[in-house]
Amino acid sequence: MAAALRRSLVTVAKGLNGPWLHHLRSRPLSVGACLRAPEAPPARADSTFKVTMVPGDGVGPELMTAVKDVFKAGDVPVEFEEFHLSEVQNMASEEKLEEVLTSMKTNRVAMKGKIHTPMEYKGELASYEMRLRRKLDLFANVVHVNSLPGYSTRHNNLDLVIIREQTEGEYSSLEHESVTGVIECLKIITREKSRRIAKFAFDYATKKGRSKVTAVHKANIMKLGDGLFLQCCKEVAELYPKIKYENIIIDNCCMQLVQNPYQFDVLVMPNLYGNIIDNLAAGLVGGAGVVPGESYSAEYAVFETGARHPFAQAVGRNIANPTAMLLSAANMLKHLNLEYHSHMVNDAVKRVIKQGKVRTRDLGGYCTTGDFVRAVIDSLRPVY
Amino acid sequence: MAGTVWRSTLWRLMGAMKTPGPQHSRPFTRGIQTVTLIPGDGIGPEISAAVVKIFEAAKAPIQWEEKNVTAIKGPGGRWMIPPEAKESMDRSKIGLKGPLKTPIAAGHPSMNLLLRKTFDLYANVRPCMSIEGYQTPYTGVDLVTIRENTEGEYSGIEHVIVDGVVQSIKLITEEASRRIAEYAFQYARNNQRAGVTAVHKANIMRMSDGLFLRKCREVAEGYKDIKFTEMYMDTVCLNMVQDPTQFDVLVMPNLYGDILSDLCAGLIGGLGVTPSGNIGTNGVAIFESVHGTAPDIAGLDLANPTALLLSAVMMLRHMGLHDHGRRIETACFSTIRDKKVLTKDLGGNSKCSEFTNEICQRIQDMD
Repeated sequence: MAAALRRSLVTVAKGLNGPWLHHLRSRPLSVGACLRAPEAPPARADSTFKVTMVPGDGVGPELMTAVKDVFKAGDVPVEFEEFHLSEVQNMASEEKLEEVLTSMKTNRVAMKGKIHTPMEYKGELASYEMRLRRKLDLFANVVHVNSLPGYSTRHNNLDLVIIREQTEGEYSSLEHESVTGVIECLKIITREKSRRIAKFAFDYATKKGRSKVTAVHKANIMKLGDGLFLQCCKEVAELYPKIKYENIIIDNCCMQLVQNPYQFDVLVMPNLYGNIIDNLAAGLVGGAGVVPGESYSAEYAVFETGARHPFAQAVGRNIANPTAMLLSAANMLKHLNLEYHSHMVNDAVKRVIKQGKVRTRDLGGYCTTGDFVRAVIDSLRPVY
Repeated sequence: MAGTVWRSTLWRLMGAMKTPGPQHSRPFTRGIQTVTLIPGDGIGPEISAAVVKIFEAAKAPIQWEEKNVTAIKGPGGRWMIPPEAKESMDRSKIGLKGPLKTPIAAGHPSMNLLLRKTFDLYANVRPCMSIEGYQTPYTGVDLVTIRENTEGEYSGIEHVIVDGVVQSIKLITEEASRRIAEYAFQYARNNQRAGVTAVHKANIMRMSDGLFLRKCREVAEGYKDIKFTEMYMDTVCLNMVQDPTQFDVLVMPNLYGDILSDLCAGLIGGLGVTPSGNIGTNGVAIFESVHGTAPDIAGLDLANPTALLLSAVMMLRHMGLHDHGRRIETACFSTIRDKKVLTKDLGGNSKCSEFTNEICQRIQDMD
């Protein structure tokens, strides 16, 4: 319905672009120019956005190729600066990390695959994935779990948002062996960061017109740590009287998610629980291949898949599902204020899924990544 | 080290003989055994009575020793369970327990925690099996979660470093990790399970979860007949909600176990139908229903005894009384499958006593 409305809007915009333009004041002028002739946006050098790209490991590079192919076919004015940072392929070093950071500082926007963390470690406990997150202070991870129209699972019409703090908690990389055979792993919860994520969640809910925020915790066991998190959420909630605030214990939350996920709207939680719930919820709507995600700091935005897996067993087999990464790319275009292109990519992917003819294996089809990308490209500009 | 090698050789031999025998060889398996019954609070007494009745109908060679458990303050102000309950448990080694309420009072410990500490219940075992006739979005679930219960994130060591910064300590020890891994493999072998999956997050917690994983790998060496796999916690969750049938026995540290066991209970219909067992050192084992005390329906004959009954079945299996266990379980499942006499929470309209009588009837019909 909304898609149809948008499409007709675009057709209107083709004819008279005057009223359409007032939306887009913040954009560079040349992007506005794209709208005048949507079939062929000019590829002028000064009109392109530069975006940092870290393909990561596993199927990351394949998914990025899919994004690049679709962007090319859609004449999307985005130029990628690619950096290969990988711990498993011995391509990670301080210099590489610096390069990525420098590029991020100018571009402010990135697309990223999962950088796989090998379990064997040499000295440094923090993985590159974590270090990148910390250096850029990407504190908020947002995964919008939305059922795909046309692909039915056990739970349909799901629409919930998972907001995860991802710079502290269990992921602090502070571990030590106190005596032989006894290891202590520290989980750090701070008031500052708990308040920051709580505020982010409530701001997000306000901005997106959502009615409820649920804090997920284990404060009955970790009375001080998770207790502090819960306390902060409660304090922040008082500043947003229009949004309902609830809290739930993590184990009950997981049980409820598989039994009745419709009761949730926006969920906010510390790091590890977020990792678990992101994946669980992604599983509810079709798996790691279909849910986009994004991470934010005060300045930067990184677009990635919702459930971050390298999916290494699929490398080179042309079977990975690029849906999540393409939807994430569409979200990125929206973030760059390229509304038109964002809708174009998003609608094309959704259309292909809805038609159900071209599906990758994880969704029960027999098509390859390449087939899927071609189908998306073919439906970028549908003929009516 | 030599001990481990010797023990694993022994287990391999036992596995070759394929004896489905009890885990701790008990001297008088044929005779009548005593079990300590802790009815619990709220709906506890009703569902305990239902289980006792069903056991009578099945002629299970069990003699109950009923003990009430409330926390009392011992010498030195330490909370403890009543000495007679502890003595009873020390004698019988096996307990069956209904839900216990934890009084909301400052400093009052959770009863479950107290029992866990008293008997060093290090492993929590929860078999999750889809119940035919009780509709959930998932079918064909048949898995067991085994959770380390004494350390990890729930060590309870926390402190405020400076105002606004809290540090919680997750403790992983070699000893406890090996013990839980060994129990998991032994359980898999005794219950004819094909595989064990270690659930961890060693990519993030490289040392602590790394140690847990290493111990699992080491123990797996001694069980060549059981397939060993390892998986990240997040991947397990992702796959669990998509296709739970791919899992068999899962072994994991405390927090992941807490989360996964409840998640799996959700797959088959909630805590009202999920049995649970706690295994301690010295052969002590307490089987329990993990749902709440439901004070709102207590005494109204509306409660569903399935979780406690299935826990009791688990107990029979643990004691080597496989035949009795199977008969009770079959009667319970067939009652639910036929959908004629069901309690409210299962979608029926019958009372607890009617449901109990129906199961008893079916057990007698089997003879």
